[in-house]
Amino acid sequence: MATVNQEIDHLLRRAGFGVSTLDVDIYRDMSHARAVDYLVDYEGRPDDVDERMGRPDHALIATRDLFAPDIDIDDARQRWIFRMIHSRRPLQEKMAMFWHNHFATAYSKLAVDSGERQATKMLAHKPGTLRGPQGQIELFRQYALGNFRDLLVQVAQDAAMLIWLDGKSNTKARPQENFGREIIELFTIGVGNYVESDVYAAARVFTGWNLRGSDDYRKDEYGDLNSYQEFVYNADQHDTGDKTFSFPIYSNGSHTIASRSESAGLQDGIDLITALAVHPETGRRLARKFWNFFISEVHAPDPAFIESVSTVYLQAGTQIRPVIRHILNSPWFTNPEMQFARYSWPAEFVIRSIREVGWQNFSVDKARSPMAAMGQQLFEPPNVGGWPPGAAWFSTGTMLARTNFAATLAASQKEFLAASIAPVAQSPQELLDALLVRVTPAPLDSAPRQALMSYLAAAGSWTGGGEQLNTRAAGLARLLVGSAEYQLV
Amino acid sequence: MDLSRRLFIRNGVATVTFGIAAPSFLTAIAEAQGARTRNLVVVYLGGGNDSLNTLISYRDAAYYSRRPSIAVPAGQVLQVGSDAAGQAMGLHPRLGGLLNIFNEGRLALVQRTGYANSSRSHFEATDIWGTANPQSSTGSGWLGRYLDVLPRPLDALAAWNTTAETPRALISGTSGVPAIPNASTYTYASPNRGAAATQERTAAQLMASNPASGRPHLAFVNSTALGAIATLDRVALATSYTPTVAYPNGGFADALQTVAGAIVRGIGSRVFWLQTGGYDTHAGQGGGGGGDYANLMGTLGDGLWAFYSDVRNQGLAGDTTVIVFSEFGRRISENGSAGTDHGAAGVMMVLGGAVRGGLHGTAPSLSPGHPTLENNSGDVRYETDFRSVYARLLEQWLGVSSVPILGGDFRAGAPAIF
Repeated sequence: MATVNQEIDHLLRRAGFGVSTLDVDIYRDMSHARAVDYLVDYEGRPDDVDERMGRPDHALIATRDLFAPDIDIDDARQRWIFRMIHSRRPLQEKMAMFWHNHFATAYSKLAVDSGERQATKMLAHKPGTLRGPQGQIELFRQYALGNFRDLLVQVAQDAAMLIWLDGKSNTKARPQENFGREIIELFTIGVGNYVESDVYAAARVFTGWNLRGSDDYRKDEYGDLNSYQEFVYNADQHDTGDKTFSFPIYSNGSHTIASRSESAGLQDGIDLITALAVHPETGRRLARKFWNFFISEVHAPDPAFIESVSTVYLQAGTQIRPVIRHILNSPWFTNPEMQFARYSWPAEFVIRSIREVGWQNFSVDKARSPMAAMGQQLFEPPNVGGWPPGAAWFSTGTMLARTNFAATLAASQKEFLAASIAPVAQSPQELLDALLVRVTPAPLDSAPRQALMSYLAAAGSWTGGGEQLNTRAAGLARLLVGSAEYQLV
Repeated sequence: MDLSRRLFIRNGVATVTFGIAAPSFLTAIAEAQGARTRNLVVVYLGGGNDSLNTLISYRDAAYYSRRPSIAVPAGQVLQVGSDAAGQAMGLHPRLGGLLNIFNEGRLALVQRTGYANSSRSHFEATDIWGTANPQSSTGSGWLGRYLDVLPRPLDALAAWNTTAETPRALISGTSGVPAIPNASTYTYASPNRGAAATQERTAAQLMASNPASGRPHLAFVNSTALGAIATLDRVALATSYTPTVAYPNGGFADALQTVAGAIVRGIGSRVFWLQTGGYDTHAGQGGGGGGDYANLMGTLGDGLWAFYSDVRNQGLAGDTTVIVFSEFGRRISENGSAGTDHGAAGVMMVLGGAVRGGLHGTAPSLSPGHPTLENNSGDVRYETDFRSVYARLLEQWLGVSSVPILGGDFRAGAPAIF
């Protein structure tokens, strides 16, 4: 069983990574609103998922030499996939994914800059006890439903971000526009709401927001991994002049950050970030992204939704938790028309299929390369704009990568699948019905249903067991997970 | 940046139909689409190539004074003579393969290509080269618009993208371009063997043939799945090709070998897109003709030499043109980390059996204050508009009118590369 009811299934596809057999007992008797609270107030659920790596009844982790997700990027990817499958706080992982895409930072540039192990550490950290900042993805977990303005401040001072958008070399003699541009264009108010001179002013605001290495830090693949880089405010590199913007910075309507002394200049950046966070266009921009992430990529954003969500965002003082609760309880979310109205991201597709088909003796490492072939290598978004959303996930090559992952997964679960389904597979029709409880594509029209029944009929007279059942159950799972219907969430 | 792409694909839902033509029709389709089966192979150097270390002004003293730790010593460059301005030029020492093609007269080096007010942003600059529009770099790409003017029905493999994501240049108003990042995994896998596996593929094709009326997004994914199944066998034909030369190791050479297979096997593709990355050399790009940048040059030169030799051995060099470009060149002076920052104009390469080789355009003089420079003499000023190179490729190689595709007449001043 991997279905509760249509409403809850929809909620768990959007606010998590689909329904696993273990979820059925948890959610069976919950109302929609209760289930929303259960997901949103996730602090009530233990954060024990890292400890469960390597335990029985969980997906496997591949250990090459040593499993080191804090310094080895492939292991960091394994850890995140494992967490998405098994976390008791699926919405936290889902929002970490959202922020990873919103503040898209790619490992490869960091690795060139600081070496592979330090780059992994800056993005992923956690397991182990290494010193230094917690790592960007841990930041996104911490602020998954936190205050957006505070998250912006943290991101602006995040070591990975300071390298990724070159803030580390932002000095008063040579102001660096990269971060100043993107925090306005991509992270907050968006194109059409600022002018080019705002970018130059923002670059000057963030002069002196640089990076420093710990005393023992040096760029060295074999250096001390306890060494680290962290944010530093270099007062003597700060441009102390006035900075004027096309939009208001202060609640009194002033557009100018007045000149401050070097030592007080850090506040310039805080003031700008605060202004950007409370700008109504930031609320609307986030609302549009949430529409696509939680409601639909098929229906254009409803203006009433945008206004309603941005209003909640501003009234809540830029807190995200009330915003998400509002969205998940809203009539837009619960409208049955919105079910399966999104194109799954590769991470959503892969995790959901593992949770539905099964993970017995299945190593999450087997999902890494396929995800890259599907167009989403974790910690490696194509650029600061994030992954191209929606239909852009789909090309012939990425579609084959998805269907071939379905084949890999079905092959790995062949015997388990057949064993669990044998009691209710007395006829081809029963087999299909039973699998459709477990593997849940968007509703199938009669033509694809017929194609599936023909596939079962080709097995010859039905025995309901043995090699025939092994073959056809796996084949059916592969066809369902590899179908177009299953790519929608 | 991403919005327009999404809109295109949405709009494309109604119109994208993959031509599932039986192989016997393919030649007819290919012939109907042009007088000859000419191929255009586009190689994008991702990250902004440091052109000044690709094609080197090795007698310009400023080259050495402004790049004390990353300049290639004069004694190591592969000399290619002097350009129209009398500058003695040489290729990077790891471009020996390209020197061979140059010496055969089949490599054109178009110096200082670019456009006015060159963007220093990767995203914007890549989109500008993709759309061929520095003013508004959203919407369809120049090669996508070329596909749009080809006669219908358009073969599903008219263009072949070897990267996972469709580049801006290939975004078309009417056609989805197959993405084949790894041809050897461009297959239909099954958890079963034998008859069951075959039956699965049949079932998958039937399922994807469902028109899904009332659900255009489902229809779009179905059409993608169908396009994949429709192109599988022909792609497999290309990957089964045995080349006439040994290609180097690595993803770029693998992709080139697959492209050669597609060309030799007559798959019918006319445009191929390849990418090789790592060119964003802000730090530690290497000195003395060695290091990271030299490795990039080795990958590029060795791969292209193998490819060119292979198609030439097959008698198909005359049907093949390769262009090599990057989104911008890099700063003239090295930075504090023995690397170079984002710059402006760069060198474009065009090679093939029909190409008129040689040094086209003039090198910059790297002494501060020289009019071939811009941005306070920090960057190279463009001389040849990149769109004029596109125009010549479209008109003289692909045989279509460039003006509607490029949204203007850029034929004047185009280098004589054919």
